[in-house]
Amino acid sequence: MSRITVGISDRKVCRAPDELATYALGSCVAVCLWDSTAKVAGMAHIMLPNSEEIPNDNNVNKFADTAIKRLYEDMLLSGASKGGIIAKAAGGANMLGGIGILSNIGERNAEAVTAQLKRLGIPLVAEDMGLNYGRTVYFRAEDGQMTVTSGLKGTKII
Amino acid sequence: MSIKRYEQLSFEQIEVLREIGNIGSGNAATALSSMLGIRVGMQLPQTALASFDRAISLIGEPERLTAGIIIRLSGDMSGMLLHLYEEPFAAAVIKKMTGRSGTKLNALSQEDISLLCEVGNIMSGSYIAAVANMVGMKIELSVPGLAVDMLGAIMSVPAVELAAVGDTVLLIKEKFTIDTVEVNSQLLLIPSAQSLGVLLERLGAEL
Repeated sequence: MSRITVGISDRKVCRAPDELATYALGSCVAVCLWDSTAKVAGMAHIMLPNSEEIPNDNNVNKFADTAIKRLYEDMLLSGASKGGIIAKAAGGANMLGGIGILSNIGERNAEAVTAQLKRLGIPLVAEDMGLNYGRTVYFRAEDGQMTVTSGLKGTKII
Repeated sequence: MSIKRYEQLSFEQIEVLREIGNIGSGNAATALSSMLGIRVGMQLPQTALASFDRAISLIGEPERLTAGIIIRLSGDMSGMLLHLYEEPFAAAVIKKMTGRSGTKLNALSQEDISLLCEVGNIMSGSYIAAVANMVGMKIELSVPGLAVDMLGAIMSVPAVELAAVGDTVLLIKEKFTIDTVEVNSQLLLIPSAQSLGVLLERLGAEL
């Protein structure tokens, strides 16, 4: 089994027995897709909700809308079937707990992820988004298990 | 003239920004020293122009528990100032101020949080006052926000705010030490891309 790291504004696909990992998410969201038959997993680490707000930026992996669409296409190319793909997501924290000096980008990212998955017809079966703490996310291609760890809040398996 | 994206900066311009960091940090170190009555050391500031991933790894281990004080800048310069405390530094500051030792970042009291915010506030205020004075700008500081979390999660705050203008971030980074070299903290100035051109122009750097 090898662990494949997904960076900031990045997306990757892997097959069982490998797993994907992204570290110390704040307001960013890790969107994970999985097909149980093909045992293929994908992860996108998005920073911003909407590519249409910044039309001259062509980094598709930065935005929820474009990154999820591309990740879905990657999954299909890797043998996943339309209709067989489920999603899990974690992150989207408000790191300063609503202190008011910053935009609520974590919440907007979480909403954009949920909306784009719905548009593509991919069920979001589990999520750990929002609140005010950072998260590290591991996602296994073998069984689609997502492990979310945080410095202060312990580990969650969803 | 303004710089739209960080990628357009030249090596010489980055050196000018390092000098800004030097002046700001010197003033911040003096403020910390007189507040705590101790010697405060500083190294030469470093500047880095890097992707978000790389910027975080230049600062430290992404999952390391860190206390970060985040201040937003506005007025003639927009951007962010981050003051990062590792546990030994936070513990040393709290010990100097209250006599209590053994402070842990995962168990900060309300009083500890106020103290750290105050120290961050005073150092940041001194830093920005020196920079503002040097470049003839009026720079306003927001109230400080404190987050105790993984370094990467704290760094995502400026990263996300700046993501709209590029895929790289400019850091002007200073390390402070108190008592021993092992106890350190970092102060990071992250100007917005829009402010950079103005800043460099004021300093007479070729655009």
